[in-house]
Amino acid sequence: MPEREQKKKPAPKERTEEIAEVDAPVKQGEALKEELDDLLDEIDSVLEVNAEEFVRSYVQKGGE
Amino acid sequence: MAVPKVCGIETEYGVVLRGTADSNPVVASSLLINAYVEHRKVGWDFDDESPGRDARGFGRDGSQAPAIETHLVNTVLTNGARYYVDHAHPEYSTPECANALELVVADKAGERILDRSMRAARRLLEPGQEVVVYKNNSDGKGNSYGCHENYLVDRAVPFTALVRNLLPWFVSRQVFTGAGKVGTENGAEEVDFQISSRADFFEEEVGLETTLKRPIVNTRDEPHADPQKYRRLHVIAGDANLCEVSTFLKVGTTSIVLAMVEDGFIGKDLSIVGPVSAVRTVSHDPTCTATISLSEGGTCTAIELQWEFLRLAQKYAEDVGLEMCGGSDVGAIVLARWETTLEALERDPFELDGVLDWVTKLRLLEAYRQRDALDWNDPKLALLDLQYHDVRSERSLYERLVKAGKIERIVDEEEVLNAMTSPPDSTRAYFRGRCLARWPDAVVAANWDSIILDVGSDPLRRIPMLEPLRGSRIHVEQLFNECTSPAELVEALAH
Repeated sequence: MPEREQKKKPAPKERTEEIAEVDAPVKQGEALKEELDDLLDEIDSVLEVNAEEFVRSYVQKGGE
Repeated sequence: MAVPKVCGIETEYGVVLRGTADSNPVVASSLLINAYVEHRKVGWDFDDESPGRDARGFGRDGSQAPAIETHLVNTVLTNGARYYVDHAHPEYSTPECANALELVVADKAGERILDRSMRAARRLLEPGQEVVVYKNNSDGKGNSYGCHENYLVDRAVPFTALVRNLLPWFVSRQVFTGAGKVGTENGAEEVDFQISSRADFFEEEVGLETTLKRPIVNTRDEPHADPQKYRRLHVIAGDANLCEVSTFLKVGTTSIVLAMVEDGFIGKDLSIVGPVSAVRTVSHDPTCTATISLSEGGTCTAIELQWEFLRLAQKYAEDVGLEMCGGSDVGAIVLARWETTLEALERDPFELDGVLDWVTKLRLLEAYRQRDALDWNDPKLALLDLQYHDVRSERSLYERLVKAGKIERIVDEEEVLNAMTSPPDSTRAYFRGRCLARWPDAVVAANWDSIILDVGSDPLRRIPMLEPLRGSRIHVEQLFNECTSPAELVEALAH
């Protein structure tokens, strides 16, 4: 165990910062994707079932 | 000379009665409206209706004028709106508004009224049955219904001047007025997705029709105001919008263009070759880069044509001012928004996700296509397209996006809810609405330019309202405060 702890030495400061910079946009992208996925899941939950039948049966008379 | 651009929007909603094999749209529409209007219905006065009159100055030339159906449900609301059955659709005509921002509120209030109507109708129906309405423009099978705009225009302006400028205007404004549609209809060349839901239905440049061979510029001449002074331009070349910015731009920019035509400010010839096919060319290209041919030679994109109009409008604002275009404050917002919208469309239309309907819808469809690997002809995409326009707040995909914070709103919901029952302050709709709210039993009938009151003694009194900006809050609020009966009101108006 002590050996392992030794290996987990903190990285040099510049390096940490570098990683943080690269990390940010990736995380943002992932967060956005997750947000979109959540939104689509939510929309799934209100979408009419049997799309084909539903769309086929929507027939209107022309108006105006 | 430009006159104030008093404006309104009439929307025919798609309607189905679900849970039964026999879905009669007229019955469904009537049920919907009756359910909403629990108080005594005020009849519409048809004396002034003449949808067969032609703005070009001649009578019927063999073309079919629409019939007026007096037996159908038809009512006036305390917000000054007309809510009725038109053909086989529930139709909501907003009260007259003085500018584009007011009209966004009034139009959105109409959606809320339809939503409320559906809830009210549910209580009257068998379990499992439901009336559902959609704020869209077609059923995807070649049947279209309209969302019409109306603008007050100076009678002295030659109709030919309106036509010349409005053809390129209606063709090019689709880039921000379109509600988006999966596929094509009415024999149009196939595309996966197009900008406007209406484009496939225009077959003529100019005409009186609204149901067959629809013209880009409609010539119906029913001013609903002093006919010596005014026209009411009846615009049928527009989509039913849900995005507030789309409605705001549609009405705000068109108001300015009309004022420029009235003032003879558009010196340049912006005519295009073959406007009918150009409507489709523009609509069928979501990249907004397709070109159309100009009558004077050369080609340009719809966005470039829009820049021409915008540059003229900016100069018009400087030289003449936007007082007649809903006031200089709203006019300035319109100009700024118009410019940023064109810039964004040029850079990347997807920047306008959550701002314009067609982009918002396309973005949603693309997200589904990517996640579920769907082809454009997958019925699920057609369903998403349809359900984007579902007016039930819990089912509407548009409303889902609003709740998720994905849609830009430009009016206050509080104001929208208030506009379900209260008229705008700025037009004669105020007088109409207040009469109805105050003395519902005394209002025998009402229409856009008059109201008939039963004052308790013969005869009935008809109060003409031929000036759309008279009868506003400033004019008549005091009167309503002072009068204790309709008879007193009529008496006071006579002096």
